[in-house]
Amino acid sequence: MTFTTIAVIARNTFKEAVRDRILYLLLFFAAVSILFARVLALLTVGDRVKIIKDVGLASISLFGALMAILIGTGLVYKEIEKRTIFTLLSKPLRRPDFLLGKFFGLVLTLAVMLLAMSVIFLALVFLHTGTIEWAMLLAILYIFLELVLITAVAVLFSCFSTPILSSLFALSFYLIGHFSWSLETFIKKARPGAVKVLLQVLYAVLPDLENFNLKTEVVHALPLSAPHLLHAAAYGIVYTAFVLVLAVLIFRRRDFV
Amino acid sequence: MKPVLEIENVFKTYTTGFIPKKKDILKGISFSVGEGEIFGYLGPNGAGKTTTLKSVLGLIFPDRGRIELLGRPHLDPRAKERLGFLPENPYFYDYLTAREFLDFYGQLFGLAKSERDRRIARLLALVGMDRVSGLPLRKFSRGMLQRVGLAQALINDPAFVILDEPLGGLDPLGRKEVRDVILGLRREGKTVLFTSHILQDIEMICDRVAIIVGGRILSQGRLSELISEKVLFTEVTVSGLEPGELAAFGESLTAREGRVLLKVVGEDRVEDVLTLVQKKRGRIHSLIPRTQTLEDLFVDMVKPQ
Repeated sequence: MTFTTIAVIARNTFKEAVRDRILYLLLFFAAVSILFARVLALLTVGDRVKIIKDVGLASISLFGALMAILIGTGLVYKEIEKRTIFTLLSKPLRRPDFLLGKFFGLVLTLAVMLLAMSVIFLALVFLHTGTIEWAMLLAILYIFLELVLITAVAVLFSCFSTPILSSLFALSFYLIGHFSWSLETFIKKARPGAVKVLLQVLYAVLPDLENFNLKTEVVHALPLSAPHLLHAAAYGIVYTAFVLVLAVLIFRRRDFV
Repeated sequence: MKPVLEIENVFKTYTTGFIPKKKDILKGISFSVGEGEIFGYLGPNGAGKTTTLKSVLGLIFPDRGRIELLGRPHLDPRAKERLGFLPENPYFYDYLTAREFLDFYGQLFGLAKSERDRRIARLLALVGMDRVSGLPLRKFSRGMLQRVGLAQALINDPAFVILDEPLGGLDPLGRKEVRDVILGLRREGKTVLFTSHILQDIEMICDRVAIIVGGRILSQGRLSELISEKVLFTEVTVSGLEPGELAAFGESLTAREGRVLLKVVGEDRVEDVLTLVQKKRGRIHSLIPRTQTLEDLFVDMVKPQ
């Protein structure tokens, strides 16, 4: 029953998300941004295809994250605010199932949106190279893993905070996640001592979303090591699971006043 | 009568504000609802009615006390399989059509597609919403949402239905229709608990009531036990006499277009009025004995608080 109820909630969440206009607005701008890569390429001296790939993948990553944050942070909050959760939880539905259903529904939405953006992107690349570059899909798959994690974070904040605050928190998570790798360089340069330990702890706690960034390797056709790919995937899954457990713990005991 | 719902000594405190401040909402609530009855739960705004219902449904967790629902601990999902609930001022997914909305809830109970279709058609007809079933809920008026909400509460053919202000937001005809639905539920052997501040509705259809004021149950029992049948006073409308002539018999409430509405206490006095009117060749237009109403009882209880 649990699996079925999660699926029912997920399907309804998907329906909710795809009937939300903001999604199409973002998709439109994503498409514009991907196609803008073509204009940038015209202005560039050198390998134009690389620019198209680089800007295209960056657009997919950025707009995917925006979709995850803007829709994800409202999902649970809206149910509480609009009190739709009252009728929902009066049915034989466990709270964790509800939350996981919401999460998977949004993940499904993002997968579909990512697919749409990938089609536009691959078509554009195809127009320039004459081949469908499947290697790009590997980079997009890891963007997807990153979006899954961001979705979990958005849902977590949505459990106890308003959409605006949650969006800010989730956006901070995204930004910190993309810059925390510089701590690594910092750690290498720091002298042994308290500061170094502190930095190491900070680096362990803060998310490192650059783990999922395969853009450079894919665009420049650099070799990718299997251990690195496995590590990044495991990192994403474990971090997502951890955030979801935290969200469930908060959600399970809260009062819906 | 087997209790369908048993609430025993339930306490709930909310902590609100930036500087946390405790507020007692429920101060030891106890009552039970028997199988097959229509139970009215009354109270002024902020008395704790909705908080009680939320505790029963597991939307909030009481600090203390015991709640048993359909013979099981109230948080057991199996108890909820036979429960229906309509919240106050229901808001639903406005991006769904009425049919999709009911279908979604039907799926939560694991009902098969054919069974869902059958029930949805029947329920939409029952609440008079079958003609707008394809319209998204955002186009529905409050009264229409209330009706669809009622259909939603019945999708699993529940043994016990909890309705929070089911008659709010409805026009007089709509109120009558919902009352009829509730009475129909009783005929089917279902138990209904509903809250309302419209006392006539409760008086008309409830078997038993509980009155909650300030987080405490002040009174509960059969309506006939709570309200006395004794005549409190009689309202007599008379014409053809001067108001001054009637002053000795009782309080004159209104005097318009030659008619005087007189409030007469005591049956002997009523006869005196009748004799006087006959003697002076006046006319009696109406004579209504007033018994105690639920409203009187309610006002009496709420006042001292």
